[in-house]
Amino acid sequence: MKRILYILSYFAAINTMVAQQTPAAQANQSLLITGATLHLGDGTMIENGQVGMANGKIVEVGPVGNPMQNYDQTLSAEGKHLYPGFIAANSTVGMVEIDAIRPTNDLNEIGTYLPNIRTIIAYNAESKVVESLRPNGILTAQIVPTRGRIAGSSSIVQLDAWNWEDAAVKTDEGIHLYWPRTYRRGNATKGEDPLVYDQKKYEKVVEELDDYLSQSKVYAASSTPKHLPYSALKGVFDGTQKVYLHAKEKRQIIDGITLLMKHNVQNIVLVGGDDAHLTIDLLKSNEIPVIVSRPHRLPNTEDEDVKMPFKLAKILMDAGLILTIDVSGRMERMNTRNLPFYAGTFAAYGVPKESAVRMITLDAAKILGIDDQLGSLEVGKDATLFISEGDALDMRTNQLTKAFIQGREISLETHQTKLWKRYMEKYSRE
Amino acid sequence: MKKLLMLTCLSFVFTGFAQDYFPTNKGVKTSPPNFEAITNATLHPSPGSTIEDGTLLLKEGRIVAIGKDVEIPKNAVIHNYEGKHIYASFIELHSTSGFKSPKSNRRGRSVQYHASRKGFYWNDHIRSDYRGLHDFSYDESSAKQLRNAGFGSINTHRPEGIHRGTSVLVALNDQSDASVRLLDQQAAQHLSFTKSSLSQQYYPGSIMGAMALLRQFFHDAQWYNKGAKTKDLAIEGYEQIKDLPAIFEAKNKLDVARAAKIGQEFNQNFLITASGKEYERIDVLKQHKAQLLVPVNFPKPYDVSDPVSTQKIALSDLRYWNQAPHNPATLAKNSIPFALTSHGLKNKSSFLSQVKKAVKAGLSEEQALAALTTVPAKMIRQSKTLGTLRPKAWANFIVTGGPLFEASTKIEENWVQGINHRIVQRPEVVIDGVYDLMIEGERFALTIKNSNNKPSLTVKKDSTKLKGKISYSSGWVSLQIQPEEDAGYAMLSGKVLASDQLAGNGTNANGKPVSWTAERQEQADDDKKTKKEKALPKKVAVTYPNNGFGFTQLPSAQNVIFKNATVWTNEAEGIMTNTDVWVENGRIKAVGKNLDAAGVATIDATGKHLTSGIIDEHSHIGASSINEGGQNSSAEVTIEDVINPDDINLYRNLSGGVTTLQILHGSANPIGGRSAVIKPRWGRNASELLFENADPFIKFALGENVKQSNWPSYNRFPQTRMGVEQVFVDYFLRAQEYQNAWKSYNQLNRKEKAKTPSPRYDIEMEVLAEILNGERFISCHSYVQSEINMLMKVAEQFNFRINTFTHILEGYKVADIMQKHGVGGSTFSDWWAYKFEVNDAIPYNGAIMHSEGVTVAFNSDDAEMSRRLNQEAAKAVKYGGVSEEDAWKFVTLNPAKLLHIDNEVGSIKAGKSADLVLWNDHPMSIYAVAEKTMIDGIFYYELDRATAQLEVIAEERNTLVQQMMNAKNGGAPTKKMPKKQAREFHCETLD
Repeated sequence: MKRILYILSYFAAINTMVAQQTPAAQANQSLLITGATLHLGDGTMIENGQVGMANGKIVEVGPVGNPMQNYDQTLSAEGKHLYPGFIAANSTVGMVEIDAIRPTNDLNEIGTYLPNIRTIIAYNAESKVVESLRPNGILTAQIVPTRGRIAGSSSIVQLDAWNWEDAAVKTDEGIHLYWPRTYRRGNATKGEDPLVYDQKKYEKVVEELDDYLSQSKVYAASSTPKHLPYSALKGVFDGTQKVYLHAKEKRQIIDGITLLMKHNVQNIVLVGGDDAHLTIDLLKSNEIPVIVSRPHRLPNTEDEDVKMPFKLAKILMDAGLILTIDVSGRMERMNTRNLPFYAGTFAAYGVPKESAVRMITLDAAKILGIDDQLGSLEVGKDATLFISEGDALDMRTNQLTKAFIQGREISLETHQTKLWKRYMEKYSRE
Repeated sequence: MKKLLMLTCLSFVFTGFAQDYFPTNKGVKTSPPNFEAITNATLHPSPGSTIEDGTLLLKEGRIVAIGKDVEIPKNAVIHNYEGKHIYASFIELHSTSGFKSPKSNRRGRSVQYHASRKGFYWNDHIRSDYRGLHDFSYDESSAKQLRNAGFGSINTHRPEGIHRGTSVLVALNDQSDASVRLLDQQAAQHLSFTKSSLSQQYYPGSIMGAMALLRQFFHDAQWYNKGAKTKDLAIEGYEQIKDLPAIFEAKNKLDVARAAKIGQEFNQNFLITASGKEYERIDVLKQHKAQLLVPVNFPKPYDVSDPVSTQKIALSDLRYWNQAPHNPATLAKNSIPFALTSHGLKNKSSFLSQVKKAVKAGLSEEQALAALTTVPAKMIRQSKTLGTLRPKAWANFIVTGGPLFEASTKIEENWVQGINHRIVQRPEVVIDGVYDLMIEGERFALTIKNSNNKPSLTVKKDSTKLKGKISYSSGWVSLQIQPEEDAGYAMLSGKVLASDQLAGNGTNANGKPVSWTAERQEQADDDKKTKKEKALPKKVAVTYPNNGFGFTQLPSAQNVIFKNATVWTNEAEGIMTNTDVWVENGRIKAVGKNLDAAGVATIDATGKHLTSGIIDEHSHIGASSINEGGQNSSAEVTIEDVINPDDINLYRNLSGGVTTLQILHGSANPIGGRSAVIKPRWGRNASELLFENADPFIKFALGENVKQSNWPSYNRFPQTRMGVEQVFVDYFLRAQEYQNAWKSYNQLNRKEKAKTPSPRYDIEMEVLAEILNGERFISCHSYVQSEINMLMKVAEQFNFRINTFTHILEGYKVADIMQKHGVGGSTFSDWWAYKFEVNDAIPYNGAIMHSEGVTVAFNSDDAEMSRRLNQEAAKAVKYGGVSEEDAWKFVTLNPAKLLHIDNEVGSIKAGKSADLVLWNDHPMSIYAVAEKTMIDGIFYYELDRATAQLEVIAEERNTLVQQMMNAKNGGAPTKKMPKKQAREFHCETLD
């Protein structure tokens, strides 16, 4: 019983000041946070540091000392840890609310070539799943399309918004290409093996894709008559949009990168890359960053190192590649809030802890093209950051006390904390 | 030409015979008066015995006499078989020749839950009333394939159903009709675990359901005459055939053992079709006294020329190619009785060459011959008439050019019931060699090769090569030769009388008649023909289990002291620093400071954490099937029947510190199947994985899955939570009545019993009665508060308690009621939003239930999550502030309590089972890695060994890839890569 009271009072102390789940108002007052361990996001940290913010931006970062300006408020965060907001790459939160309920699914579009499809307009800024990410430190997310060979364009959102329009940080920043499968399920009644590599079919599909890219590219020269899908690919060829190449296996990765380079696509990002460690030279020489498969997955073959999913980031990082973490996979939306722990797991298997932080902050921002604005504690960037009781990559100590998006202090409550409080209240009455 | 060949192939001897009381209207009535004698052959009357220069005397399809000094009657046609070897024809016990596969009976889209046959068993897939004779129609084409492979008789059946009724035993004699060829119209009964395509009845939807169905059927058959009130033609049909040999078709290695187990339980000596991988778990087969029909469909090597694809092939698949030919030899070495079968071999003509591979791999020739002849004859109870060459036996024998298992030996003739079926066209005279051909004074050099099969010809004039063709059949040779370029052909033919002198006539290139002669100058070069014997590639070791991370030798228990660890005792002592834990004979001997014992090995655990092993209350790994959804109650099935000890996920679990798991049935129906509590003892057999003396459990389920809400299925009761309650009440009432019926029956004295119909033995009701009696415990899949509350009330109505609610995502809403009822909660740490009923699932659930005094566990229900349950435990610290010590119990002691095994495992205490995990860090830290996992004092997993094993795997892969490359270069056909696709089971997996 004592415990319950303790928990409740703890809860009340930190969370009664802001309106629950309602987006926070514009930050009118400047704020200095002092005494925290600053995890800058660039792989370094400052013990006992201070961060100042004004007008939604970071205005100073450094060791505790005389502030560079006057602040309306000062907040002591002694013994606590301060991080730039974590960034979830390749996520689908806000696109499906409940997996099993089809009406809540806005992800499964039909068609093969859908470059003109845009996730941003279907993104549900008020999703209960989205709000559940924030108490774990995830304040920014890339919302990606997932169906079709060319699935459409993704956008970056901040996670405290009234609607998709004010959620948007960067719209239509990249096109998603899901590389053809090399293997298909075998037909047991025909006596086929469980998985079959149908080379002819694969080559045909790749050829079709090759042709599609050629068509889109020449179309860009005239641009008439209007062809929505082709015109949606314009940015890919002029370098203003990235291409996210979703590929897991060695053959897919190599074929995919080769084809995109043949079409002079400038900004390629590899997503998934379970076999990326087998294609390091290619990735390295072309400076292709990787949104690496999350560690919470099983090895791909019976003989693969049982720790391979945990070790992959270390191997790729040692090779000098820029990485962030792919949150997709089984139960991906509800598990997106575990992003900090994916990074922590990579750290358990060799990635230095601050580099693991960098993966989901500055490197994520670089890969998504928002590092001018987000990803590190740096003067001039958005004041999108949070304070945790301890190491935010570890479940035991990932306890957020405050979080800010563009300087606005956001609510850390959710549908789930509401229910928690409601039932703790019920039992406290007994 | 084709017709001609067919005629010659049959015309050698014709001894048709028929019933002598049949009238004839075709001519005068005759019966075959003469004998046939085969002389000067090397006879092999039975495996291991040989008669040189022997004589075989036949009449009316049977052997009359055999021996060296057989007196040949005057009216015997004599065939000189000098140089030939004669063996009994093979016997195929598992054929489907002569049965057409029936058209599948698919109707509509919705699932059919009830039997469509009326007056028969309650399950359509029991077809014990079926008699093969009624459908059998002798099929010359498949008979010919089998005969050419050496078979003289086959036991053939219709492969439809779990009980398939009877087969027929037929001689592969194309010349007679059923009156002669049919050896036994009811030779055997056939069974399997596979449903019939004749009915869409869904049950059994899983291998464990098929096993339960078979058991229930055998019980019902025993009971039928004692108490049945209605007619059941399937059971009555079974009564007539139950003593016949029973042949069981199993589809894989584990199913073979499962069939053997059921056979043993019901005293039925099933003859089980083997998988070809029996060498992997030979002990289990010995245990169950299995008798097998062993296939020789050894796999082709993979095409390994593309390393990208090769990388995807599992080592176990590469090994299978290498090890499979050794299967028969291994079975023989272990004295497991078996016959060989061509079952599973697509190309029957390769049968003998496959058997030869088995012989090369160490199967003795005598054993091989026995497995083809005497053993199957005995199995089908025809030892006196089939399988050996002895008087009165059928004259079923094969003729070969040399000893049967020599590389170049071919089967030349297959005599069935005294009728010779030619396989290799054997001309009277072989005309291989170099000849001098003279036409009109011109000389040509002819080289003839392969004249006894497909002859080939080269023609030269002086040193100029000319065009020429040859054909040779029925004793006639014909040659077409172009004497010079751009000229016409000379067409020549002649009857061959002697091999060194050919002659005849024909026309020259200008069409004028000519005569020709050809005199042999040189004999054919015999040496070239003898094939070079190719040895089998070196066999790689079988490991336990037989995959990359298997043990070459199973590890044994270690006596060891962990020194100076931080020990999470889960006992009153709490977390002890700088503490030692002494393990002896598989148990924890002592926990304390500075434990020292002379001669006991120590492990320095300074800076490390030692915990009891993780226990996963809800897992679906290590099983061949998970859901039996064919009925709304499946209490009759048990996961213990379908443990798969080879599942790599067991090893992956060990790598995450898991030492005990409850493998639960899925959530397809309100009353699910019985579960198996196991320890992942990697390398051991299925039965050795079971947790000894654990209390029995069963899975129940509530909500969307049992209502079938999330997929289109609208015809199985229940479709609502209201109906779910009624299912439980109904079944428990029936179980009560069932118990009462047996109680009053058992109270009767013997006389009264004889007069009173006996109640039916019902596996399902037995299991439900155990629950009512507090002998079996429920772990119930549950989500929303209403249904959770309901089930507790149902249990209370029947005076028992629910043991565990699993998932229990709204447990926090009724934690007080749960606490009063005394039920535990095993939940996910933070899953939600995957379906409507988990909309209110919160990660604080564990903490709230815990604070209300409910025993709380965190489980996985997921092969991936289960290897990091330590991290999941830490989420109880994060969400709701549970103390670290208590949170750790969520994945160790508490699930042990929920499974009633906390007296054995779940904490570190002297006397308990030594199931321990050594971590490099605080066990709930995200940075913690399990370094060693021990079960019963045995290290089943060690991080450094697992890492070193990667090298071993890479090396062995290379060895096998090189072997396959050699095989490919040696001309072996290859197959494209498969990728092993392990199935991952969740609650919702439908089998």
